[in-house]
Amino acid sequence: MQIPCPLCGLRDSREFTCKGDAVTLDRPAADAPAGDWHAYLHLRDNPAGPTRELWYHGGGCGAWLVVMRNTATHAVSGAVLASEARHAG
Amino acid sequence: MRYSGLQVLAQGLTGNRGWRPAWRDPAPKDEYDIVIIGGGGHGLSTAYYLAREHGLTNIAVLEKGYLGGGNVGRNTTIVRANYQLEGNSQFYSHSLKLWEGLEADLNYNVMHSQRGLINLFHSDGQRDAFVRRGNMMINQGDDAILLDREGCRKLLPYLDYEQTRFPIYGGLYHPRGGTARHDAVAWGYARGADRRGVDLIQQCEVTGIDIVGGRVTGLQTSRGAIRAKKVGIVVAGRSSQVAAMAGMRLPIESHVLQAFVTEGLKPVIDHVISYGMGHFYISQSDKGGLVFGGDLDFYASYAARGNLPMAEHVAEAGMSLMPMIGKARTLRSWGGIMDMSPDGSPIIDRTDIEGLYLNCGWCYGGFKAVPGSGHCFAHLMATDRPHPAAERYRLDRFATGHGLMDEEGTGSQHNLH
Ligand SMILES: Cc1cc2nc3c(=O)[nH]c(=O)nc-3n(C[C@H](O)[C@H](O)[C@H](O)COP(=O)(O)OP(=O)(O)OC[C@H]3O[C@@H](n4cnc5c(N)ncnc54)[C@H](O)[C@@H]3O)c2cc1C
Ligand SMILES: [Zn+2]
Repeated sequence: MQIPCPLCGLRDSREFTCKGDAVTLDRPAADAPAGDWHAYLHLRDNPAGPTRELWYHGGGCGAWLVVMRNTATHAVSGAVLASEARHAG
Repeated sequence: MRYSGLQVLAQGLTGNRGWRPAWRDPAPKDEYDIVIIGGGGHGLSTAYYLAREHGLTNIAVLEKGYLGGGNVGRNTTIVRANYQLEGNSQFYSHSLKLWEGLEADLNYNVMHSQRGLINLFHSDGQRDAFVRRGNMMINQGDDAILLDREGCRKLLPYLDYEQTRFPIYGGLYHPRGGTARHDAVAWGYARGADRRGVDLIQQCEVTGIDIVGGRVTGLQTSRGAIRAKKVGIVVAGRSSQVAAMAGMRLPIESHVLQAFVTEGLKPVIDHVISYGMGHFYISQSDKGGLVFGGDLDFYASYAARGNLPMAEHVAEAGMSLMPMIGKARTLRSWGGIMDMSPDGSPIIDRTDIEGLYLNCGWCYGGFKAVPGSGHCFAHLMATDRPHPAAERYRLDRFATGHGLMDEEGTGSQHNLH
């Protein structure tokens, strides 16, 4: 598996750590109801197909990426910087 | 047909012409009292115990592929009861006791082999943790013996004790731990359930769950609609998809776990060994292959195959523990889809939908749980009350935070177990 880092180019997945579903970017407000925090921490769509995930390029530029990947085939279709993905909404 | 030594002899002398299929291949009926979705180990054992313990026989197990084609036929077959947390320890103790009577109960040889399991430790801190775990196992009524380095050497003379990286300080020995033949467990439960009247329906994929007024009424399947009073979801790695048919979102992520087997060798490894550093564990199958594995690949996957980095890591860990295995050639590797829960412990519970029950979250440890899980899930589905051995496996523990069971102490979050 290779991941196209926007800063470093196409790199081996060994350089990255997967954090999991990119829903973790949508952090609830500190005073949000407990149910929102439960959903944020625990509940997942867990799709069998296309997904958006957070990967950390620890063995490269140190950036957090949002990686588009297919969980059924392991095909990676793209990656953007997490900071930009968040601004894009 | 009852299996016995006499039967084998009689059949052998008459050209083996009398053997019959071990279960029927029925067409689905329009309606059942209970339908189990998923013909893996847990689904089949649930059906078996519903019939055996609760006298319920108007039951179907629906399997989208073939019986035993999921994780139950892909795992590394370790059976043990060395968990430490309240909730887990009684459950796995319960399950191991069922294993110990299983072959007689099923009239089927599942090749359960209590060859002993040794968890190695490599530091003072790890020894303290294993002493504590061993005491908890003994308090639970199970067996645990602390071995020092010399004790390990007697049982496992071929390990690299002097390595500078992870010197072996000793091990926690669990003599009743061991292995079983994974397919045979699925087949034995399938045959036992079938003989009690359960319909095992293969090539039947559930595509929808019918709910009317908050109560389950039946299922849509690739072989037509089937009405059901009660439905159990027991689909391991596919739990999120099937639960979504009932509008539920689960605290589950599906990950790939790989395993490996070498060419057949003369007996060299008598026990199950797990390395306390660089996740690696190994045993030898009755055919002689060394069966080993390690960690998850640590990304979500439904591909039932993993990638090279973890294969390399496992091989390196194995070599650092027992350099002798470097001479063996790996024949095959494969992966299974693991239903990972945030705290690493399973869920056996009702859902908010009347008549719909959920059994999932077995992570990479659900083979040993097959008898206990089926037994407790059958109890829950038949009586609407949790079995005492599984009453902590609640779905709402993630929402409330009460009763999280994080054996590893790493936190109750995805991707930490
Ligand atoms: C490589 C590997 C090593 C492992 N090693 C061990 C070990 O040493 N010890 C241990 O205790 N555990 C181990 N495990 C874990 C264990 O195998 C699983 O936790 C356990 O088998 C899961 O339960 P099951 O047998 O019911 O699952 P499965 O056998 O996966 O059964 C689920 C079934 O549901 C069916 N299904 C899914 N969706 C549908 C649908 N829509 N309609 C109908 N049917 C459906 C699937 O086809 C499948 O047959 C290992 C797993 C793997 C992959
Ligand atoms: Zn980078």
